[in-house]
Amino acid sequence: MSQSDQIVVALSKGRIFKETLPLLASVGIEPLEDPDKSRKLILETSDPSVRLLILRASDVPTYVQHGAADIGVAGKDVLFEHGGDGLFELVDLKIAQCKLMVAGKPGALERAGRIRVATKYTRSAESYFADRGRQIELIKLYGSMELAPLVDLGDCIVDVVDTGNTLRANGLEPLEHIAEISSRLIVNRAAQKLKHARVTDFVDRVEQYLEGK
Amino acid sequence: MSNQSPWILPAGIDEVLPLQARRIERVRTRMLETFDRWGYELVVPPMVEFIDTLLVGTGEDLDLETLKVTDGLSGRQLGVRADMTPQVARMDAHSLPPVDERRLCYIGTVIRAKTDGLGGSRAPMQVGAELFGSDGPEADVEVISLMTEALAVGGCQAMTLDLGHVGVFRALVRAAGLDGSREDQLRDSLTRKAVPEIRQTLVDWSLDAPLAEAIESLCDLHGPWQATIDEAKQRLKGLLDAEGQAALERLATVAEAIETRVTGEVLVDLSELHGYHYQTGLVYAAYSPRMGREIARGGRYDDIGRVFGRSRPALGFSLDLRDLLGQSDDETPVRQTVYAPARLNDPALDRAVDELREQGYRVITTKSIPEGAPRLAAVGDGQTQTWQLTGELDHG
Repeated sequence: MSQSDQIVVALSKGRIFKETLPLLASVGIEPLEDPDKSRKLILETSDPSVRLLILRASDVPTYVQHGAADIGVAGKDVLFEHGGDGLFELVDLKIAQCKLMVAGKPGALERAGRIRVATKYTRSAESYFADRGRQIELIKLYGSMELAPLVDLGDCIVDVVDTGNTLRANGLEPLEHIAEISSRLIVNRAAQKLKHARVTDFVDRVEQYLEGK
Repeated sequence: MSNQSPWILPAGIDEVLPLQARRIERVRTRMLETFDRWGYELVVPPMVEFIDTLLVGTGEDLDLETLKVTDGLSGRQLGVRADMTPQVARMDAHSLPPVDERRLCYIGTVIRAKTDGLGGSRAPMQVGAELFGSDGPEADVEVISLMTEALAVGGCQAMTLDLGHVGVFRALVRAAGLDGSREDQLRDSLTRKAVPEIRQTLVDWSLDAPLAEAIESLCDLHGPWQATIDEAKQRLKGLLDAEGQAALERLATVAEAIETRVTGEVLVDLSELHGYHYQTGLVYAAYSPRMGREIARGGRYDDIGRVFGRSRPALGFSLDLRDLLGQSDDETPVRQTVYAPARLNDPALDRAVDELREQGYRVITTKSIPEGAPRLAAVGDGQTQTWQLTGELDHG
């Protein structure tokens, strides 16, 4: 765990980082370097007591869970997969919004028996189909899930869908809605206790900014 | 990956090397000494039991955590203990004669079937103490004080105490008339303080607005104890039944008393419901700056003895001794080591070695004495030969 007067915030590059910047600015924190240009993984900010860690999106909950970061911004899809143990999911930041969906060729789910599901969201897919009493075979992929049904690697996919353009361009369509996804402000349990005043202040200011938006 | 080394250990299982083992043993001795001075008697619950007795009166969580094997003798299923608290409660209720109050403590390795995420150890060295038969706030304060004392002797001085009370949430669940499965779902969201999720759920269940707001506000009701309890009284006004109000009062009484006894900060968090299934009242946890999760925790579980035929007030705490290893840098002192030649049939040498060992030295008899190390050396020869300690000692 970082020192008691320091706050470490874990973010992922790309969309979440860009959409989180205004939030951070609202609490008076601006990174001193652009992560897209810098190779550094730890960024200092305009507030000497706050540092940013730049991580792969799916690693953010892990860093926060173990206390390597006090606060993080992670998509609900990533939190589903992680399980959320040891974390507080305090605020819905309403950024990076999309849907977690089952998609495939029209009618892909109507076949009898076990269906093959290609996805990187294995935990979400497993629990979604288990809740419906549907037997599935999971095929773990790390990206470009849309390809799988086209080459008969799976009957359907479970993926986050924003506009649905990629699906349509590949002849697939959204079939079932699993969950609404947006980014959450997550906080390490122990940090919430040990750095109570600082963390609460940070969270309150973010909430105020969101309410005023 | 087929060339897996035959020396690999199962996930979450660790061996303890000498330096760490010495530290663990020192902390263990000090802690048991502390428990003894506070009047807590040591008990040793069995490592394995029939699964039906081991799990009686506990929740499904513990069932899934318990490693099971079949007993070749009886054909019945055996479980390896995953938590000693229920075992100790049974010893109090069933194995020992009834007394008004009983104080017990225990130490030993427990086995968890699942690696439970953080820390990941499947074989924690669980240390704990339980107080049976006393339902007053004095007992709460005694056990929390003992917990902080145990952590202090284990090298963890700086800590923050976090108190909660499951009675507040229970009162709101009663007021809302939620069934068991909805209560579980809500509790799960609350322990993650997942405010957006709770808000949506309560709208879906079309709960009355004031009650929904109150339940949601539990996530916010955390911080320094006095301010938090005052705020809770405001925000939950008119929604708590007598039991719920008593829970808040109890929390205030204990927090006030404990604050005079510990150096760290005392916080209250009304969404802390860990171990909810068997906890019935106050819950507490200690946090240390060196760890990303709590280092010790406990609470009241007044009902657990019922299945053993003697329901009575009970509370306790437990911690993993290995967690304390990272808490302190102080080196455990090693005895002064001296060497002696390994020789057969030399009564004079044997006597000299025995004498030194009696004086508290660590004496190693070997054929390869390290150069310059303090040693027993022969002085004189023949009949007058004696053995004397030569060389420079490290200390004392």
